[in-house]
Parts: sequence; structure tokens; C-alpha cells
Amino acid sequence: MSTVTEPVAKSVSSRFSGAHHRLLAFSGLIVLLVGFSLASPNFMQTTNIINILQATSVNGVLAVAATIVIISGGIDLSVGTLMTFCSVIGGVLMTYWGLPMVIGVPGAILAGAASGTVSGLFIAKLKIPPFISTLGMMLIYKGLSLAICGAKPIYFTNTAGFAQISTGSLIGQVIPAVPIPNGVLILFLVALLLAFILGRTVLGRFIFAMGSNEEALRLSGVNIARWKVAVYAVAGAVCGVAGILIASRINSAQPSIGQGYELDAIAAVVIGGTSLSGGRGTMLGTMIGALIISVVANGLRILSVPQEWQIVVTGSIIILAVYTDILRRRGT
Amino acid sequence: MSALVEMSNVDKSFPGVRALAGAHFDLQAGEVHALMGENGAGKSTLMKILAGVYTPDSGEVRLDGQPVRLDTPRAAQDAGISIIHQELNLMPHLTAAQNIFIGREPKSFGGWLLDEQKLNADAAEIFASMNLKLDPRAVISTLTIARQQLVEIAKALSFRSRVLIMDEPTAALNDAEINDLFAVIAKLKAEGTGIVYISHKLDELKRIADRVTVMRDGEYVGTVAAADTPVDKIISMMVGRTLSSEKSIVPDHTAAEIVLEVKHLNRGSEIRDVSLSLRRGEVLGFAGLMGAGRTEVARAIFGADPIESGEIFVHGKKVDIRRPQDAVRAGIGYLSEDRKHFGLITGMDVRNNIALATMSKFTSPVGVLDEGSMRDAAVGYVGQLSIKTPSDSQEVRLLSGGNQQKVVIAKWLLRDCDVLIFDEPTRGIDVGAKSEIYKLLAELASKGKAIIVISSELPEVLRVSHRIAVMCEGRLTGFLSAQASQEEIMHLATQRAGAAGETSTRPQGTIQ
Repeated sequence: MSTVTEPVAKSVSSRFSGAHHRLLAFSGLIVLLVGFSLASPNFMQTTNIINILQATSVNGVLAVAATIVIISGGIDLSVGTLMTFCSVIGGVLMTYWGLPMVIGVPGAILAGAASGTVSGLFIAKLKIPPFISTLGMMLIYKGLSLAICGAKPIYFTNTAGFAQISTGSLIGQVIPAVPIPNGVLILFLVALLLAFILGRTVLGRFIFAMGSNEEALRLSGVNIARWKVAVYAVAGAVCGVAGILIASRINSAQPSIGQGYELDAIAAVVIGGTSLSGGRGTMLGTMIGALIISVVANGLRILSVPQEWQIVVTGSIIILAVYTDILRRRGT
Repeated sequence: MSALVEMSNVDKSFPGVRALAGAHFDLQAGEVHALMGENGAGKSTLMKILAGVYTPDSGEVRLDGQPVRLDTPRAAQDAGISIIHQELNLMPHLTAAQNIFIGREPKSFGGWLLDEQKLNADAAEIFASMNLKLDPRAVISTLTIARQQLVEIAKALSFRSRVLIMDEPTAALNDAEINDLFAVIAKLKAEGTGIVYISHKLDELKRIADRVTVMRDGEYVGTVAAADTPVDKIISMMVGRTLSSEKSIVPDHTAAEIVLEVKHLNRGSEIRDVSLSLRRGEVLGFAGLMGAGRTEVARAIFGADPIESGEIFVHGKKVDIRRPQDAVRAGIGYLSEDRKHFGLITGMDVRNNIALATMSKFTSPVGVLDEGSMRDAAVGYVGQLSIKTPSDSQEVRLLSGGNQQKVVIAKWLLRDCDVLIFDEPTRGIDVGAKSEIYKLLAELASKGKAIIVISSELPEVLRVSHRIAVMCEGRLTGFLSAQASQEEIMHLATQRAGAAGETSTRPQGTIQ
């Protein structure tokens, strides 16, 4: 027998569901900002706000990478250690080999794109599930990072101006009153670029289509494998940007960090309303999600809440955010 | 003595479809009662009502003469009614015994632990009662389909079922396995179990059925004794409706170019040496019963599933089709019977769904989409095919079935495919929209598209086709003209390999 045709929902509210959730997340962010401002006079200070933004930049860029992968129906657990791997590559190029920044920085980003391509090939060609492929790659990048630099940090002391990439402030030079660090500017530009890719390019359209119904896309004659590799390659390049950002901020490539960053990134994506089952999500949502995580961490620190409790609160927010999403969807 | 089961005046409607209208059925203890009819005749719906899966809109069900309400599968089970669905509902990684007693496991230590020993012993007891040699500890996924089916029957027996409904139980079985199944059925029958047997295979009825009830269009046609009713009589009962006679004149295609030619397509037992050709402007109907291999052939031509051997020519040139993208490049479009899963991205809007196969047309060299020309193209087809939608930015899941189908058609028209394969183009579409789709098919053909239409509804096949190909068990059993009768089609559709007298090339042991 043919299946019973379900009554078609006449409401169009879900058409705006993305916007709805962003609104929810955004109001959440406002509530947090107001709450912390009332709780502590030190919160709403220019320097503190800049601190929050600076702290958001690396996680924000990683979350951008995670967003496109998750919308495409995949998952990338390797964004954190790939970031580290790229900063180590940058260190090798600039410090070990003494190459100038104009080669070192693009080199690190390219390394990210190449690494992402490898993950993408495992997933698209060898059909290894994304969770497994990127879990393996996560460990591989971690091990390679440690091996390449002998488990010791690489300092960028010989590369003049490298620290400025993240900590300098182009905006501050123009408007001294708003010394927003370049790292934040870069996050903004990366998010804008990826939002453009998602919204206006064929890659973006296929990312949503893949995440919604990969089989229908395949049966429309689209070369799924090629586009899937492209998704992970772009995500990898974005991780390369994150690698440069973090290396510049601490003026060194620290091979032992990175693991755990992927979970913060995924948390930001989820709080921002992107569906882990794919096909749905926005860059703006992810940015709000990343900001919420930083604001909570910063605000609680200012209120002298011990770090262990900050982590508990972040975990609770993730669950709360997803639960409100479920409630909302049940409602429509 | 009253009948074991008596169903009378049963009505059931689904949105847009009247599935049952005043249906009757009765079953005696110790009887095998076959239920027959074309696809969509209402057999499965009627039996799902008996099994508590659906609730009837009106009508009465009596067990042993007493009216009963079977609102849930659980209620039916408690009343001793079990159904074995066409798709088995077993958990592949659990053992046979664990599957049989799932949710009813014997416990030990005051209910804290599972008593695996008793579980296996109980299962072994049931198997023994069926004269079946099967290890209760065998993991389901390691068993053949036939044995899995026997496990389902054992599960039904464990509920002490007095009524056993089997929906096409032999669809996936080979001859030896069918014999085993029939032996079990004979034994159950001797013990007084009433068995409802849904099947399309007419030759099987003679072997095991006592009575045959035929349904058509959701209505009761009649009940006859299986032994002394000729097969032809049963077929004519199944198809005996008069055709709506708006049959268009079939144009002469003999001079037209052959657009698609398929030679000796093979894959296991699903596709056996299928060859066909299709001319410009021709609509070739694909008839056959469920599981005859029509969809499999279509998907193989389209590259959605692999083939073992065979050649495909488009416009006389051999094309190597390994993936759908190869077929699309060669100008073949496929419209799946399951639009929602294989045809549309339901969460995306009409515009993007129409452009889905043609994105490169709307892409600048750096990959940026030209939304403007995409919208123009989509709006053009929305008008041309009269797709009812508030705008081209409406999500397709909010459209009706008929309009969704038109969106898929638009997708392939935009791609400018010469060959269009429609798989059940009117499934889930209401009657009004159906005739619109028929009209569209005729128009496309007159514009020179070569079209294959797979349909399980004989009147539909007869209405839209210029020529009809009939399949049975993976083989093309014959081509008929558009003037063919439903009886002729049914004969070819039930013409199994043995009956056709051909030397059997049936692969051995391909059933996993």
C-alpha cells in the first residue's frame, strides 16, 4: 500500500524558523549582557568588551568552519587540532625556514585546505563516516603537530609584525576610541565571506541541499563527492585562518593545544540554531552562539565564579538552547 | 458455528483516496483464504484494519461472532491476530529467540535478569512445533530471507495466534523455500489456525488456498473456491472494471528516431536480460505487479544502482552510465516514485528545486549564483506547467502532491532531457491532478520527448501509453500495443519463468 499522505502543514512559520531561533539566541545574548552589566560594573567596560571579542575570535572562526560542515550533514571533530597543525606549519615556514609572512600565512591556510581535502576524500570517496574520519584526523593532526616541532613551541620572534595580525588594531588606528583588535576584524570578514558562500554560491546551495536530502541531489545528477570534498577543504582553510590567529595572539605555535576546541566550536554552532542533522543553519546564528559562550565565560569570571562552574554553566546553556529549539519545533 | 473472523461493510478513506468501500471478508478456522486484487485494490488496507494498524471509518469486525474493536496492533495481538508484513520487522543484530520474545523476555532473579536459557528453550519449542530446524541463538542477519520469515511466523505463533495474515510471503523466496513455507502453512492449518494469504502469484493459490476473495478499487468483488475456479476467471474478476474511454489516438512512431536503446541489462534476480528501445515522441508504459523489477530497471538505466551487464545507447551512441550524473549528461531524467526522498529537497523552495539539476547554468565562473535568472526560469515553468504555488520562493513541502510532481518535471525540463522516466507519476496525487499529469505527459511526448511511464495501475498504463512493456520477476515478458486489454497485461505480468517454458537461467542462491 502507498503510505498515507500526511496532512501538509499550512503554516509558513517554519520558513522563518532560522530567523526565529536567531532572535531567541540574540535575546539570550542581550539578557546575558544586561544581567552581567547589572551584576558587575566592571563588565560593560570598553576593555572588557574588547576582551570578550578577542576571546571570541579563534572559537568564532573554528565555529564558522564547523557550521558549513554541519549544515552539509557532516561533522568535523578535527577543527581544533587542525588549527594547531596549521599554526605549526606556519611556524615551520616562518621561523624554521625564515620565509616572510606573505608566504608563511597563506602557506598555513593552504595546509589547512589540503588537510581538509584529505578528510573530505576519506568521507566522500572511501565512505568513512564523517565522525570517524575526522576523529581519526583529529588525532593525526595532534600527533603530527607534536612530531614536527619536537613537542616544543615554535616562537615567531623573528617574524616582525606577526603578533600584529591578531592583536594589532587597524580600526584603532582610524578611530582610536574603538581599538577593536584585528583578530575580531578577521573573524568578522571570515564569517561574512562564508555567509556569502553559503547564501550566494552554488557551493553554498549544495551544502544546504546535501544536508537536507543527499540522495535527491545525487539523483539530480550532481557529483556529490566533489562538492563534499570542497566543503571539507573550505572548512580546512578556515581552520588555517584560526591557526594563524591563535599563533599570532600568543606569538607562538603551541603543538599541545587544540584538542577540545572542536567541542566549543560545535557548541557555538548548536547554540546558534544550526541543526546537527544538517540542512539548516546560519552564520549569524553561529556568531551569536560563539559570543554567548565568550560572554558567559567572561561574565562569570568577573563575578569570580570558579572556572569549573563556568564549564557547568556553558554545558547547561547548550542543553537549554537545543531544548528551546525542540520546543519551538514541536509548537509549529 | 460462526466464522473465526467476519468483516463486513468496512469503509476506510485516506486524504484524497477512498481505500475501502463496503469491503467484506470472512475466515474460517483451519482455512487458507487467499485475498487477491491489483495493486491498490485495498487488500493490505483491509488486513491492516484486521491487525489493528488502521481504524476503519465504519463497518464491523467480529471474532467468533462477537463484535470487537481492534484499535491498536496490541489489541489485535491480544485477540489472537498476527500479521506478517511484506517487509519483515526483525532486529537484524539480535538472535531468533530474542526477536520472538522481544518485550516479553522471561526473567529470573525476581525480574532483574533476563533468563536467556528459558528464552532459547521456549523458542526451540515453537520451532519444533513447526517442524523447523533452526537454532534459536542464530543472529537474524545471518539467516536467509526465507528463514527470517519463518522466525516471524514463529513470533506470531508465540502469541498463540489463531489468525495469521501473510502479505506476499513468497515474494523473496525461491522454489525450495516456498515448499518449506507451504509445509509450515499446511501444519498450522491442520491445527486450526485461520490463514489469510495475500499474493499476486496465481499458481500458488491452486496449491494452498481453499477459497479466494477478490477485491477491486477498495470493494468486494466475490469469493470463490480455489480448487475449481479457472485462473482466467479470477483474473477477470480482478480487472473487470470498465475503462474510462478517453484514449487518445496513438501516433505512428515507426519512422521516428530511436532515442534510447537498452540491450541485455542484467543484475542478479532483479533484472534479467532486459532489452528495449524507445523512440522520439513515444510513451512506453511499464506494467507489472509489485516487485516485478520495473523500478529496478529504471534506476539501473539512470545509473542510480549498478548493473552487472548490459549496454545503453542514447541517440545511437553507446553511453557508459555508472552514476546518475552520467545519465543526466546523456539527457536522461528520472522521476522517482518516492518524490519526497528521491526527487525533491522538501525544505528548499520551488526555485531551487527546479534549478537543482541545472545549477551550473546559473553559476558565474567563480561560483556565485545568479538568483535573478534562476527565478526567471522557475517562474517560467511555474506558469507553463501551472504549478499552484504562491511564489517560486515557497518551500516545496507546502505544495500538494500533484504540484510537487510538477516541480520535479520542471527540474528535468529545465535540464532539457530527451528521455524522461516517470516512476508512478500519479502516486499520492488526487484525481483532478492526475488527469493534469496525464495531459502533461501527452504534451511532452508530442514535443518530442521519449517517455517511460512505470505504473501499477492498469487503467493508467492503458491510458497514457503508446506501447506497453510488461515485466514479471525481473524479465520483460512481452510488449503490447496500446489497444491491449487488462487481461492480456495481467497474463504477461503473472507469466513466471517456468510457465513461459524458457530454459531457466535463474541464478542459484542469490538470496542473501
